[in-house]
Amino acid sequence: MELSFQTVMSQVMLGLNNGVFYAILSLGLAVIFGLLNIVNFVHGALYMLGAYVALLGYTMLGPLLGKPDFHLNYWAALIVAPLVVGLLGVGVERTMLRRLRKFDHLYGLLLTFGLALIIQGVFTNYFNVSGDAYEAKPEALNGAVNLGFMMFPKYRLWVIAISLLVCFATWFVIERTKLGSYLRAGTENPELVKAFGVNVPLMITLTYGYGVALAAFAGVLAAPIYSVSPVMGSEMIITVFAVVVIGGMGSIMGSIVTGLLLGMVEGFTKVVYAPASSTVIFLIMVIVLLVKPAGLFGRES
Amino acid sequence: MNRYVWILLFVLGLVAPFVVYPVFMMKLLCFALFALAFNLLLGYTGLLSFGHAAFFGGASYITGHLIRNSGLTPELGILGGTLFAALLGYLVGSLAIRRQGIYFAMVTLALAQIVYFIALKAPFTGGEDGLQGIPRGFLFGLIDLNRVHVVGGKPLALNLYYFVFAVFCLGFWIIYRTIHSPFGQVLKGLRENEPRAVSLGYKVDRFKLMAFVISSAIAGLAGATKALVFQLASLTDVSWHTSGEVVLMTLLGGVGTVLGPLAGAFTVVTLQSELTSVGAWITVIIGGIFVICVLLFRRGFVGELGRLLKRSL
Repeated sequence: MELSFQTVMSQVMLGLNNGVFYAILSLGLAVIFGLLNIVNFVHGALYMLGAYVALLGYTMLGPLLGKPDFHLNYWAALIVAPLVVGLLGVGVERTMLRRLRKFDHLYGLLLTFGLALIIQGVFTNYFNVSGDAYEAKPEALNGAVNLGFMMFPKYRLWVIAISLLVCFATWFVIERTKLGSYLRAGTENPELVKAFGVNVPLMITLTYGYGVALAAFAGVLAAPIYSVSPVMGSEMIITVFAVVVIGGMGSIMGSIVTGLLLGMVEGFTKVVYAPASSTVIFLIMVIVLLVKPAGLFGRES
Repeated sequence: MNRYVWILLFVLGLVAPFVVYPVFMMKLLCFALFALAFNLLLGYTGLLSFGHAAFFGGASYITGHLIRNSGLTPELGILGGTLFAALLGYLVGSLAIRRQGIYFAMVTLALAQIVYFIALKAPFTGGEDGLQGIPRGFLFGLIDLNRVHVVGGKPLALNLYYFVFAVFCLGFWIIYRTIHSPFGQVLKGLRENEPRAVSLGYKVDRFKLMAFVISSAIAGLAGATKALVFQLASLTDVSWHTSGEVVLMTLLGGVGTVLGPLAGAFTVVTLQSELTSVGAWITVIIGGIFVICVLLFRRGFVGELGRLLKRSL
């Protein structure tokens, strides 16, 4: 096949579109891992939950409230879904994860794995595994924009822009503000930070809530692009784990950049050799493990 | 442990097909062996592999292919599947032990996903349908594994059952010997305190890799045998659900106990066959058990029992 500039660029742009999802999700995992020291297996399920909040808010919330004309629109869903999922996360942290703090970190992984099964199982029971379409994409984001070298869907451009904004805002808060300095200090030495009068347990709860809210936010963004299905999260989370292994969870910027790059690499692979596109991230992980076992941005603890 | 307990368990295994449905028993034995293999890693070496389905399911595909398409006898097919799992275990293990703790779990999960993709896409695996109609054939070319004995008016596949039971006993024996060997003591040592094992001069990576290979080979043996019992190698066997299930069996029964994986496999397999009517809710139930288990009894059934009896089981 001929590799025209146009085909390569269009796949790379679509790849970047996937990449921003990897970036948001691995960023959330990194933020949670930093303070709680657990790998949040339920992250994928909460991403899926975010998409369903948007879908059901549009189709079912009105009839449920007795007002058939009411639809939760896309913009509202972008706020409501992260709030709902964030609150759920706060509940999970307060009632369950907190109790595991003094045990091996692997228990956190196992607990969140169980939660992921529960959430995914419930949705598999009520919804079609092949997925439902989200039809509330706002008018303003329909159509395409001419980027000079290609026509690109407006909606995807919006997703890329807003995701980058959210990622870098998160990076800014953590690395450049006073609040972020508490968080980073809490990552290094929670006991000492407590001694300075900072409410570390509250900080941990809110961090977890924010991390999972990011996942839900990504879910809403994904809803109009991919079909909303109960398995969308589990497919995503395994890839994101590979991304996290490649980047290392030690660095916020590292997880953002790795996510974006790998999305583009995946897109590029689609042009060069399509069958490998679903495994290329895992193969890169193998190479990284061989060459730089701690990950690109990682430091081995 | 008390030798009478072993004799009792062995006799139970011998008479089981006359009491409970043999296919259920064989499924149980396969999953129990799988969980035992997994426990060698998690319980005795302290490594959480989240990709053990790759060995279990991978071996069942290879065995199925060898028997169905290459016309090998069942024992050679199973041997082939087991060797494949050992080799795959060597590859996955050498990569995964480069990272520790939580990363180890993620690396194994991701590598197992490659195996899943291969099983989905490769030309000989049957894609979504899996490998169906794997013939059971003649053991050593002599014993008909399809033969059904009629006992008390009930048709029982006794030849197949006792073959599966023998495979299970062999696998169990290998794991038991491994745990109670000097090699097993080193594994436990590095589980408890890895830096100390290093300072004592043990090459911990070699020990970890060896444990990983043994564990994946036995997991493969279990998967290969299951392919023969159900005459099927399916995508479910290589999926992350199966990897998670074996973690649950081990956790529920008791991590780091000899009998825990047996108890855990028994519980989970029984639940699955009793609750077929609830459909996909089974995933929710399994998830719920996971959560309860992690929050309330991290030692598992056998671990808690051992604590009550003040001895290790």
